[in-house]
Amino acid sequence: MKTNDIILQTVTKVTLFIIILFSIHLFFAGHYYPGGGFVGGLMTSGAIVLLLLAFDMKTVANILPIDYKYMIATGLLFAVGTGAGALLFNAPFLTHAFKDVYLPLLGKTSLHTAVLFDTGVFLVVVGVTMTIIQTIGEDE
Amino acid sequence: MSLLHLAIVSPLLFAIFIPFFYKYFRQIHTGWFLLPLPILLFSYFISYLPETKANGAVSRTLSWIPSFGINFTARVDGLGLLFALLITGIGSLVVLYSIYYLSKEKEKLNTFYVYLLLFMGAMLGVVLSDNLIVMYAFWELTSFSSFLLIGYWYHREKSRYGAQKSMMITVLGGLAMLGGIILLYLMTGTFSISEIVPMASEIMEKPYFVPALLCFLLGAFTKSAQFPFHIWLPDAMEAPTPVSAYLHSATMVKAGIYLVARMSPVFAESGIWLWLVASFGIVTLFWGSFSAVKQTDLKGILAFSTISQLGLIMSLLGLGAAALHYDTVEDSFYTIATTAAVFHLINHATFKGSLFMVVGIVDHETGTRDIRKLGGLMSFMPITFTLALIGAFSMAGLPPFNGFLSKEMFFTGMVRILEVDIFNLDTWGILFPVLAWIASVFTFIYSMVLVFKTFTGKFQPEKLDKKPHEAPFGMLISPIILASLVIIIGFFPNILSSTIIAPALGVIMPGLVFDVHISFWHGFTPELFMTLGVIAFGVLLYTTLDKWRQIYDLFPEKLALNRFYDGGIEGMQTFSSNLTRTYMNGFIRTYLVYIFTFFILLLGTTLVWKNAFKLSTNDLSSIGFYEVLLALIIAAASISILFAKSRLTSIILLGAVGYTVALFFVLFRAPDLALTQLVIETVSVSLFLLCFYHLPKLKRDEERIRFKAVNLAVSIGVGAIVTLIALSAHSNKLFDSIASYYIENTYKEAAGKNMVNVILVDFRGFDTMFEICVLGIAALGIFAMIKLRLARRNEG
Repeated sequence: MKTNDIILQTVTKVTLFIIILFSIHLFFAGHYYPGGGFVGGLMTSGAIVLLLLAFDMKTVANILPIDYKYMIATGLLFAVGTGAGALLFNAPFLTHAFKDVYLPLLGKTSLHTAVLFDTGVFLVVVGVTMTIIQTIGEDE
Repeated sequence: MSLLHLAIVSPLLFAIFIPFFYKYFRQIHTGWFLLPLPILLFSYFISYLPETKANGAVSRTLSWIPSFGINFTARVDGLGLLFALLITGIGSLVVLYSIYYLSKEKEKLNTFYVYLLLFMGAMLGVVLSDNLIVMYAFWELTSFSSFLLIGYWYHREKSRYGAQKSMMITVLGGLAMLGGIILLYLMTGTFSISEIVPMASEIMEKPYFVPALLCFLLGAFTKSAQFPFHIWLPDAMEAPTPVSAYLHSATMVKAGIYLVARMSPVFAESGIWLWLVASFGIVTLFWGSFSAVKQTDLKGILAFSTISQLGLIMSLLGLGAAALHYDTVEDSFYTIATTAAVFHLINHATFKGSLFMVVGIVDHETGTRDIRKLGGLMSFMPITFTLALIGAFSMAGLPPFNGFLSKEMFFTGMVRILEVDIFNLDTWGILFPVLAWIASVFTFIYSMVLVFKTFTGKFQPEKLDKKPHEAPFGMLISPIILASLVIIIGFFPNILSSTIIAPALGVIMPGLVFDVHISFWHGFTPELFMTLGVIAFGVLLYTTLDKWRQIYDLFPEKLALNRFYDGGIEGMQTFSSNLTRTYMNGFIRTYLVYIFTFFILLLGTTLVWKNAFKLSTNDLSSIGFYEVLLALIIAAASISILFAKSRLTSIILLGAVGYTVALFFVLFRAPDLALTQLVIETVSVSLFLLCFYHLPKLKRDEERIRFKAVNLAVSIGVGAIVTLIALSAHSNKLFDSIASYYIENTYKEAAGKNMVNVILVDFRGFDTMFEICVLGIAALGIFAMIKLRLARRNEG
C-alpha cells in the first residue's frame, strides 16, 4: 500500500521557510541576542532534516545538490581565513575588526569580521549534521 | 684528539673499513688486513713503558660533555698499560691464529673481524679511560661485542643461548656498576678516577660508601665470572675458539679483575672489600677447579679452569688489601699477594691463550673436543702436544714454567694472611690457605686430564670424523709464541718485575714502594711443601680418577646453578605473563573499575592528607522552588534509568534528563546554552534510537542492569568524592572571577551585546575554531567508518 504524505509534505513546504528564517535570524542576531552560528546551523540542518522526513533522500539531493563534506571544509576555511586575515594587518591571529558603515538600504550598520568567523561555524555545523544524518540514513 | 686517543679508538675506526676489504679483496683473507693494527698498537704501547716506570702516568683529555664533567680522558699508568699490552699483544696473536682457523670461503669474515675490532677498541677504552662514565660506555661495548662474538654462529641454538646468557649476566653487573659510578659521583663530585683516589679516606665516612662498593663488586664479579655468576662462561664456549682464547681467557673476563684492581685504592681500606673480594675469589677458585674435573669437553675444562684462575687472582687482590693496613714504605711484607695477582694475571693470559689455541687445533684437526673420543694424538700432533704440555704444566703450577712462580707466590700470600689480625682474619683466615691448597690439587688433576686424556692413551680413529694430522704452521705460530713466553717468563721472571709489575702495583696500592723481585728458589718454605703436596696428591688422585669420579653424582643436576638461572628466567617469564593476564583480562569493565578505584583513592587520600575539605555556606545563593523541582525531576529520571527494564525506557529517561538540564539553563539565565542543549539533546536521542533499532536480533532479551556490589561501591565512591571536591572547591575560592572584564568590555571592545557569543567568536575564538575542527573530524570519521565498511563488504 502506497502511503500518501500530502499533509506532511504541504505543511513542510510552509514551515520550512519559517524555520530557515528563524535560523537565519538566530545566526545574525547572535552578536546581540541569544543565538549565533552554532544554534543557527543546527536549526538550518533541522529544516533540511524535515525535508528529508517529508520527502525521500533522492528528492532532497535534487533540491539541494550539495556535498556537505565540502561545506565543512568551506566553513573551516572561513574560520581559519578570518583568523589569518588579521595577520595581514599586523595584528595577532583571530583579531576581529568592526566598523559602523552607512549602507544604502539598511542605514547605519555595524559590520564585524566576527560574523565571517560565525559563518564558518554555521557552515561547519550544517555540514557536520547533514553529513552524519545522510551517511547514517543511506546506510543499509 | 691526541695520538693516544686515536690509538684507543683506532680499532673502532678501522672496523668501518673491514666490510670493504672483505668485499673487494675476496682472494685475500680479511684477517691479514687487520693484523698490522694490533701489532702497531702493541709497539706503540710498549713505548710507554719507560714513562710509567719512572712512576708517571700519561694523561690526555678530550672534551666530550664538559658540562657534566664527562670527558674522554685517556690515562696510561702501570695498570692500564699492563692490560693494554695484554689486549694488543694477545689480540695480534689471536688475529693471526684466526686467519688459519676460520675459512675464508665458509665463514662471514667481515662480521667476525668487525666484532673483534669493536671488542678490542672497547677493551682498550675500558683499561685506559680515567673517566668513569667513559669507562662504563666502553664496558658495555665489551659486553655487547662479546654477545655478538659468542653468537657468531647464530644458526646454532646453543650459541644463541650462550650469547643471551652472557649478555643478561654481564649487563646486570654493568648496570650495577653504573649505579656505583653515580654513587661515587654523589660522594666526590667527579667522575675522574685519578681525582677520586686521593679522596679515598673521606669517602669511607660517607653513607653511600658500602652501596657503591657492592655495586662495583657486582659489576666486577659478573664480568669476571666469579661464583655464582660464573655460569655464563662455560656456555660462552660456543663461540669460535679464537674468540674464546681472546675474550674468555685473556681479556674480557679480566675486565672485572681490572676493575677491582683499579678501584682498590678507593675501597680497599674497608674490611668489607677485603672479605668480599677474597672470599668470593677463593670460593670461585675452589668451585671452578672442582667442576673442571668433571667436564668432558676440552673447552668446558678450560672454561672452568679460567673461572678458577680468575678466582685465584681475585682472592689475591682481596687479600692484598691487608697490605694497606700493615705495610710501611720501607717494608712490603704483605704486598706479596697483590704482586702475585698481577704476575699470575700475565701468566694466565699466556698459558690459557695457548691452551685455547691448542684445543682449537685439536678440534679443527679431529672434528671433536670430547675427551671421551680423543686419545693417542701424541704421535699425530707432536708440536701441539708439546704446546699443550707446556701450557698445562704451567697451569698446574709445575716448575720450570711461569705458573709455578705465581703459584708459589699465591701460597705465600695465602699463608701470610694468617699473620694478619684485622677483620677476623686471624680466626677465619685459615680457610684461605686450606681452600687454596685443595683447589690447587684439583687444578693439577684437570691440567693432567687435559693433556693426557687427549694426547696419550688409546687412539680411537673410529670415533673421529677426520683423520688427524698436525696443524698448518700458521696456526701454530701464535701458541708457539705464547708457550715460549711461558718458558721465558718462567726462567727470567724479572724482566717483567720492574718494567710492568711494579708500575702496576704502584697504581693498585698507591703510597707503597715496590721492589719486586721474583725468585725461583725460596729455600725450604711451607709454600714448597704445599706444592710438593699438590703434586703428590694430584698424581694420586689423577691415577685413581675413575674410582672417585662418582662423587660428582652426589651433586644432582637440580642443584646446579644453571638450573637456577634457567628456572629463574622461565619463572620470571611465567610469573610476569600470569600477572599481566590476571589484571589485563580484556574486559573494559575491569579497567574502568581500576581507573575509578584509583581515582577515588588518589583524590580521597589527597583530600584527607592535605586536610583540604572545607564547607563554607557564606557565599551561597538562596534556593528557589523551581530549582528544587527540577533537581527532583533529574534525580527521579536518573534513578529510574538504573532500574529501567527496557532500553527504550532508558533512552527516553536520558532525554528527559537532557531536557531538564536545558530547563536548568533557562532557569539559570543561559539562553544560548538552553537553545543548544535542546537541539543537541534531540539529535543525540534520535541517534540513540537509531542504535537501539539496529541492535542485533540475537540475544535481544531485555533485562535489567545486573547488580554488582563492586560497581555500586565504586560508583557511590566516585559520586561522593566528586561531590566533596566540588563542595571544597567552592568553599576554598581564593580569587574573584575575571568575568567583570568581559562584562565591561563586551560592547566597548568587541561591539557585541551577547557576551556568550562574543567570548566564543572573539575573546576566545581560538577554542571555537578547534571545536569546529573536532566536529568536522567526527563527521568525516562517521562517514569513513560507514563507507569504508561498505567498501570492504563489496570486496568480500
